[in-house]
Amino acid sequence: MSRAKALRAAGKGLSVAALSVAGLPFVFPFWWMLTSAVKSPGDVFGRLSLLPSKCRWDNFAEIFSYQPFARHYLNSLCIAAVVTAATILLASLSGYAFARVRFRGRSALFLVLLSSMMMPAEVTIIPNFFMMKQWRLIDTHVPLVILGVFGAQGAFSAFVMRQYFLSMPKELEEAARIDGLGRLSTFARIILPLATPAISATAILTALDAWNSFLQPLIFINDLNKFTLPLSLNNFRDAYGSPVWHLQMAATAVSVIPILLFYVCAQRKIINAMVFSGMKG
Amino acid sequence: MKRTMRRSAIREELFGYACVAPQLLGFLLFVLGPLVMVFVYGFQSRNLLTGRVSFAGLANYRALLGDPLFFKSLKNTLVFTLGLVPLNVAASLLLSLALAGESRVNSFFRTVFFAPVVTAAAAWAIVWKFLLQGDQGVVNQLLGVVGIAGPNWLLDDAGAMAAVIVTRVIKNLGMNIVIYLAAVTNLPHELYEAARIDGASAAQRFRTLTLPLLMPTTIMISIITMIGSLKVFDHIMLLTQGGPSNATMVLVYYIYFQGFKVFRTGYASALATILFAIVLGLTFAQWRLGKRLSYQEE
Repeated sequence: MSRAKALRAAGKGLSVAALSVAGLPFVFPFWWMLTSAVKSPGDVFGRLSLLPSKCRWDNFAEIFSYQPFARHYLNSLCIAAVVTAATILLASLSGYAFARVRFRGRSALFLVLLSSMMMPAEVTIIPNFFMMKQWRLIDTHVPLVILGVFGAQGAFSAFVMRQYFLSMPKELEEAARIDGLGRLSTFARIILPLATPAISATAILTALDAWNSFLQPLIFINDLNKFTLPLSLNNFRDAYGSPVWHLQMAATAVSVIPILLFYVCAQRKIINAMVFSGMKG
Repeated sequence: MKRTMRRSAIREELFGYACVAPQLLGFLLFVLGPLVMVFVYGFQSRNLLTGRVSFAGLANYRALLGDPLFFKSLKNTLVFTLGLVPLNVAASLLLSLALAGESRVNSFFRTVFFAPVVTAAAAWAIVWKFLLQGDQGVVNQLLGVVGIAGPNWLLDDAGAMAAVIVTRVIKNLGMNIVIYLAAVTNLPHELYEAARIDGASAAQRFRTLTLPLLMPTTIMISIITMIGSLKVFDHIMLLTQGGPSNATMVLVYYIYFQGFKVFRTGYASALATILFAIVLGLTFAQWRLGKRLSYQEE
């Protein structure tokens, strides 16, 4: 009996060891990013050491003087906030109508919206570029917001909201309407406040999507002051175009840490929401 | 009475249209319209820099057939996808089996494996580019400890392809692990109990029970991962820019290169049309399979 127990403990130890080895390439890049962020330029390469020999906190000051990094950070924050707010507004409205309002062509229109979930943004980027150029919106954040709101993520948000509204009891609305509330105020005052779980899931996904977006800023933004974070991270380069590694790592760390902290705190919620969206393809 | 009924039904309809209009109009203008346009552009000769536009008929598609770089990008996309999907599916299946069940260890490792998924692709690629530098790079120094002399990963044809595949797998593996976990948790215990009583070994149980029972999930994951890898761009752009000597030039990067680096936007649109056809075909396959599999379950 005790032998079986010992065997089981050994097996468990072994599996933890195996998982740790497998987990190494998932954690190590973060560790190396964080430690390199405080290394001096001479220290980033050279003898392999898990900890920097001396912490150079000046890196964090330098990233802000090297290029308008604070500005880029703010740009990314603003764009993510605007895209998220607009998406929630449009997606909850259309999701609600697709779930609860009767109108002709409802299911056909819903299919149309669903189809946009599988349109790769990479395919339409060239016509989008000409369109924005004609409207003189190159080097503004407008295209990033518009394509963020109306792209696949927006359609997916409407889908999530609709599924949630479908699961809510109809009696709620009927009661509100008997009490004399109009259609819109029933939605705004009764239904929407009850949809917070769906709204927060949608908000997390949309914000992450906007925050991480790379192709669109690359295409629409040339002006250094209008850069978003992903462009900015790639822009810590010297006169010859080679990366300035210690600054690049410091900047990457500054951009990744808040997201990681948020992830560790709201893990379950984020994983569930992301997996749900991952299934959409 | 009847008239007020009808009036309220009309009001209901109008309310419905008003609610869906903003999003649908935006979709028409910024997604569906451009989709039609990219098809039209494919038949035009367009230059982004000079702004010259003329009808070109099938010239772009004819040029495509004679463009070795196009075939190279198709081949690279195929190699990338065929390298990434099996690795991703096999690794996420094994890890999800290892992580099934509630325990502190398991939830810790789920956190670990999912962390790269929430990280920006740009940040992830930039850090890996740093790790994958030649002799001075961390990966090669670590390999050196166990006596392996790694190539200068991002400057070596095969090494660059291997590097972009593996680092991309690590980035997105957590997603598939969690999708698999949901399916693994729902595996019927009774069957495993019965198999054990009948004396089936762990390997036999895996082969005759786990694999077939998870097949619907496996197919779904494979197609989703395949579509994702056909569209890879940021990862390539930041790690190799399609190099060295076009060894990692994949389709979307080639579209970007033709459209925004050498300004042949008509040609790039023809390429984008082909990408769309491939993705559409796969999405359709996914939909058909999903339907068939869900009927089987019933």
